[in-house]
Amino acid sequence: MKLFRIQGGVHPDDRKALAAGEAIRDIPLPPFLHVPLQQHIGAAARPVVKKGQKVRKGQLIADADGPISAPVHAPTSGTVVGKKKHPAHHPSGLPVLSILIEPDGEDRWIDLEPCADPFALPPAEVAKRVAGAGIVGMGGATFPSAVKLNLRDRFELDTLVINAAECEPYLTCDDRLMREQAAAVLDGVRIMAHALGVKKIIIGIENNKPDAQRAMLQAAAEFEEVFVVGLPTRYPMGSEKHLVQVLTGKETPARSLTAELGVVVHNVATAFAVHEALRHGKPLVSRVVTLSGEAMARPGNYRVTLGTPVSFLLEQAGGFKMNPARLISGGPMMGQPLPEPRAPVIKGSNGILALSAAEAADHPEQPCIRCASCVSACPCGLLPLEMAAHTRAGDLEGAAKAGLKDCIACGSCAYVCPAHIPLVQYFNYAKGELTTREKTKLRQMETKRLAEARAARMEKQKAAKKAAMAARKKAQAEKKKREAEAKAAEPDNAQAEAEA
Amino acid sequence: MNTPPIKASPHAHAGNSIGRSMGLVMLALVPATLFGLYSFGWPAINLFAVTLFSVVLVEAWCLKIAGKPIQPGLMDGSALLTGWILALSLPPWAPWWIGVIGAVIAILLAKQIFGGLGQNLFNPAMAARVALLISFPLEMTLFLEPRPLFSDAGPGFLEGLFITFGHGFEADAVSSASILGHVRTELGQGVALSEATAGQYDFWSLAAGSVTGSLGETSAILLLLGGLFLLYKRVITWYIPVAMMGTLALLATVFHLIQPEQSPGPLYHLVSGATLLGAFFIATDPVTSPVSVRGQLIFGAGCGALIYIIRSWAGYPEGVAFAILLMNACTPLIDHYVRPRIYGRDRKGRPLSYDDSGEKPA
Repeated sequence: MKLFRIQGGVHPDDRKALAAGEAIRDIPLPPFLHVPLQQHIGAAARPVVKKGQKVRKGQLIADADGPISAPVHAPTSGTVVGKKKHPAHHPSGLPVLSILIEPDGEDRWIDLEPCADPFALPPAEVAKRVAGAGIVGMGGATFPSAVKLNLRDRFELDTLVINAAECEPYLTCDDRLMREQAAAVLDGVRIMAHALGVKKIIIGIENNKPDAQRAMLQAAAEFEEVFVVGLPTRYPMGSEKHLVQVLTGKETPARSLTAELGVVVHNVATAFAVHEALRHGKPLVSRVVTLSGEAMARPGNYRVTLGTPVSFLLEQAGGFKMNPARLISGGPMMGQPLPEPRAPVIKGSNGILALSAAEAADHPEQPCIRCASCVSACPCGLLPLEMAAHTRAGDLEGAAKAGLKDCIACGSCAYVCPAHIPLVQYFNYAKGELTTREKTKLRQMETKRLAEARAARMEKQKAAKKAAMAARKKAQAEKKKREAEAKAAEPDNAQAEAEA
Repeated sequence: MNTPPIKASPHAHAGNSIGRSMGLVMLALVPATLFGLYSFGWPAINLFAVTLFSVVLVEAWCLKIAGKPIQPGLMDGSALLTGWILALSLPPWAPWWIGVIGAVIAILLAKQIFGGLGQNLFNPAMAARVALLISFPLEMTLFLEPRPLFSDAGPGFLEGLFITFGHGFEADAVSSASILGHVRTELGQGVALSEATAGQYDFWSLAAGSVTGSLGETSAILLLLGGLFLLYKRVITWYIPVAMMGTLALLATVFHLIQPEQSPGPLYHLVSGATLLGAFFIATDPVTSPVSVRGQLIFGAGCGALIYIIRSWAGYPEGVAFAILLMNACTPLIDHYVRPRIYGRDRKGRPLSYDDSGEKPA
């Protein structure tokens, strides 16, 4: 299949060899599971269990709340201890509402409802079951998958692209999943294609995963609508829009979805979850996580029950070889620091990295020499040095005008910067600050509108009162006048009456 | 485990640094520099040492006054490289104070006053060279034929010290015009090109560097090798050098075809003077050149055109320094108007739109 060129990108040392050789292993259940209500983009799930309630594995414990949301299920059987605040799987480590479950050790499923032939189900029903299983984008974006499956209602779709690029260094969870579960993954892929109503399926796998490519090719041999394509090893190949361009040659317009081009992209781990949900009726309660990095004692790939604290996972995997300079959730290019190891593994956790000082590559920031390395590395055609200069000077509008909102935060610019300027930090700050300002502005506008409406209302009331008063006065005056006239006109009568 | 610092991604780095880039550029300059020092002997070595010593001193002093850390500022190698390039562009037997004043102009006036590394509008070495040329026209145009180290014609160590730090040398006895200067003077007097270059202009001597010229500009081949090394190491990109030399060669070809007896051909322009040093080592200075590919092509083409114009019709025989400074002044303008196309948008910044056929509109 013909591949197309994309601009920019970098070639980081992929370091996959650390964990790629390790088969997926199970991690035992921890003493307590902390299941956050928010493990996806959108509204947090609404709890539907009570304190002390016994639950079984896969039982709904929090339901989706609104159109962009995802339900949460009990990852194992046990007792709901309660709703507690627990450190989030987030750089802030702030406490978030989680359901605390004490496992009973039996790991007993709910009564599963397998489906023998998902292809007989109408597409909308498939999407509904995917939504019901709590499946979200498992490449890390955690966008509710069913919403993307329902794009068929709004766009004319022709292709499903499976993102198995796994372009982040170190991470091997998708690689292992494809090597060990190729048939199940492919089944999930085909079910998703059925749900989308598309005829063509492209599975894109970077060329640094030849075993996974072979496994998927073999699994896909009998399906002629499925193309397994080797992608050049180049970061950020897994960026949705860039992946679609490499495969189809079409560039997604700014602020639009790839669906506009007739293409929907799903992650390969999501496909496996869809297979589990549709074929076996199992909701999403566990995932494969890569543990890697120089400081990790036993790098490898582990199937982890959602809600397992990262600290417990690390302990089970042998802990650290040396004191890590950084603990990262996700890959090194876009991953987030994880300051709080008590945080649980959630649906989007694809890797935990313990990096040595040499790997983390901390250097003091130097002045920008305008070398334009960032310009040629940027896959989005931006001028990172200019956006950073605007941000640094506090001119966030200038940064926005220079294209800040088209930045995908892939980190290629900062990766190649010879001055070690933390460009992504600048952009994250500017994006956050701009969002805050926009929200404040909206609030102020709303407040102003309400205040003006109130003033107008008061004015109207006042005017009405005044008018009413004037009318009353007038009426009174007229009445008096009438009385006076009447008096004047009939003095005799009055006198007569008085005399009478 | 102690709490590691919270830092934004990426948590990995390509391993390059400013110091490494500057170091590679200096490495690329080593052959041409050694050749220049050998060709012009002890006085050239003295001038080179004085200039480099001065830039480091001035840089350290400026950093101290500005309250910036001195050691990292010096370690990035930018000041040393500036001094190095400045020294290469000087007449090889110029007195020591030319090097010192050049260092002060380059570092203090052209770089640090603008805010230091990365902030200067003009290339410091070229700003210093032009300021020196205008202020001290005599000392800055005293060129001589190569007098190699340890040869009979070359001055000894003591004599070298005397030439650089003492009373200089008897200009009339040894000086000769650079090729560009000579040809220009002759052409100006109405002498035909073939006569003007007779016994003077020989492509191979220009390429090898056995000619009159500035300290480090004489050997075209070694400078070209250095430039190719930088391209190979990806310290520079080809856009500026190719656009600059291509434009210069194109103009030279056109005018040579129109008036062969008055206009030297493209090879002459490419291998003489500071063309190669300028194309690979000076115009590619990242701080003072545009950041986008198209901007760099425009910048390089502008440099090439200005070099030809100045060499052919302006008051100076050599125009590389002026051309680069003039284009430096245009860099902010070029960067303002010439930008890469943002992904998913057209050149005007509007989101791409597809018509019904799914093809990009023209």
